[in-house]
Amino acid sequence: MSKRTIIPFGPQHPVLPEPIHLDLVIEDEKVIEAIPSIGFIHRGLEKLVEKKDFIDYVFVAERICGICSFIHGMTYCIAMEELLKLEVPSRAQYLRVIWSELSRIHSHLLWLGLTADAFGFENLFMQSWQIREQILDIIEETTGGRVIFGSCKVGGVRRDISAEKLQEILKKLRSYRNQWTEIGGIFLNDTTVKHRLQGVGKLSMEQAKTLGAVGPMLRGSGVAMDIRMTGYSGYNKLGFTPVVETAGDCYSRCKVRIRELDQSLQLIETCVTQMTEGPLEAKVVGFPNGEFFARSEQPRGEAIYYAKANGTKFLQRLRVRTPTFANLPPLLTALAGCQLADVPVIVLTIDPCISCAER
Amino acid sequence: MSFLSMSKMVLRKLFSAPVTERYPFVPKVHPVGARGKVNIEIEKCIFCGICQRRCPTTAIIVTKEPKVWEIDRLRCISCNLCVDVCPKKCLALDTQYSPCCVGPQKDSYHA
Repeated sequence: MSKRTIIPFGPQHPVLPEPIHLDLVIEDEKVIEAIPSIGFIHRGLEKLVEKKDFIDYVFVAERICGICSFIHGMTYCIAMEELLKLEVPSRAQYLRVIWSELSRIHSHLLWLGLTADAFGFENLFMQSWQIREQILDIIEETTGGRVIFGSCKVGGVRRDISAEKLQEILKKLRSYRNQWTEIGGIFLNDTTVKHRLQGVGKLSMEQAKTLGAVGPMLRGSGVAMDIRMTGYSGYNKLGFTPVVETAGDCYSRCKVRIRELDQSLQLIETCVTQMTEGPLEAKVVGFPNGEFFARSEQPRGEAIYYAKANGTKFLQRLRVRTPTFANLPPLLTALAGCQLADVPVIVLTIDPCISCAER
Repeated sequence: MSFLSMSKMVLRKLFSAPVTERYPFVPKVHPVGARGKVNIEIEKCIFCGICQRRCPTTAIIVTKEPKVWEIDRLRCISCNLCVDVCPKKCLALDTQYSPCCVGPQKDSYHA
């Protein structure tokens, strides 16, 4: 047996702008074990729920993550609406789906770029982010913010999108689809890219299930599980079926995300055709009371919001389980046995969002 | 097998205009409805203080005597809540952000 060495990975690392620390136990160039440590950017956002009233907390919930901000705010709103026994108007639900899917498209394009950067394909990285920038422009036009949407509120949404604007967005998105299909083809067919992704970081279906993987990590291992199947916020009317790949390696996770881009566009198209005019919000009456678990599908996987209220304007407890946190145990399994040079790529395929995971 | 699959795209980009904006030289134009800094028409304001009470970051301070409306630009998150609740509709969000600053930046408006 050759000598074992420990190589620290992070909290500052060129491929990963966010702080996660992994102690990689290596033998020659092979990783035997990865020991994680997190907790570098804990911000105490869950405790803040005792200081901010339940309506203002939407703004805090949105700031838990900088990429899936809208879906964080929306999941919090779903929990509050359930506790207040509010019925969200159908137009508001469709608008929420449209914004969720726009944020999924921009998050997946961001991920594609970061992955290209992780295996050293700078040009592909820039092409991915160029498309993402245009999606951010659409988001700014419709919500007023590029990253923090601020358009979701307890009981509905704060802004409307006109019918002409929706058609304009669809036209733009269809032209961007051609662009992302082109770069998607490079990710899936280029020999050098395949060399870096195929057969790397394998996670079997059995492992993904037992370790509780979520999102593209789970669907890339052949499990057809997506919280959008539960039909929250009007997804039940859109005929949703999850994207599944079976290989369980980095390549299949990449393929899941590329296919989800098309699926998101399809969902937006369905929303636009089904949408009818109507009110945007239901009036909030009284204070939340009781407990509720809200679940939603973020670009990275399933997020869970647990809220406990006691009939006052401040919640008693809020607990957020983010997808990155759930994906850490599968990541450690995928890392065991890989080559040292593949570590950044494998870490990136869970789409880590450490600010989310530590809140 | 596919090598140099990006060459077509790279060649196309080589002969097209840059997609980035020449930011400091060409000013950034935000779309209508973008959430920038809060502006107030102070002559319409009745100093009711609703915006102060609803502000999630306590960026706004309203005093009735003397009549002063103050905003801490660094605390403001441009959430549009004050604009929504204002009974006289004297608040509005600009599409431009407030300019950069190096220290606390409080703007006061006197009636």
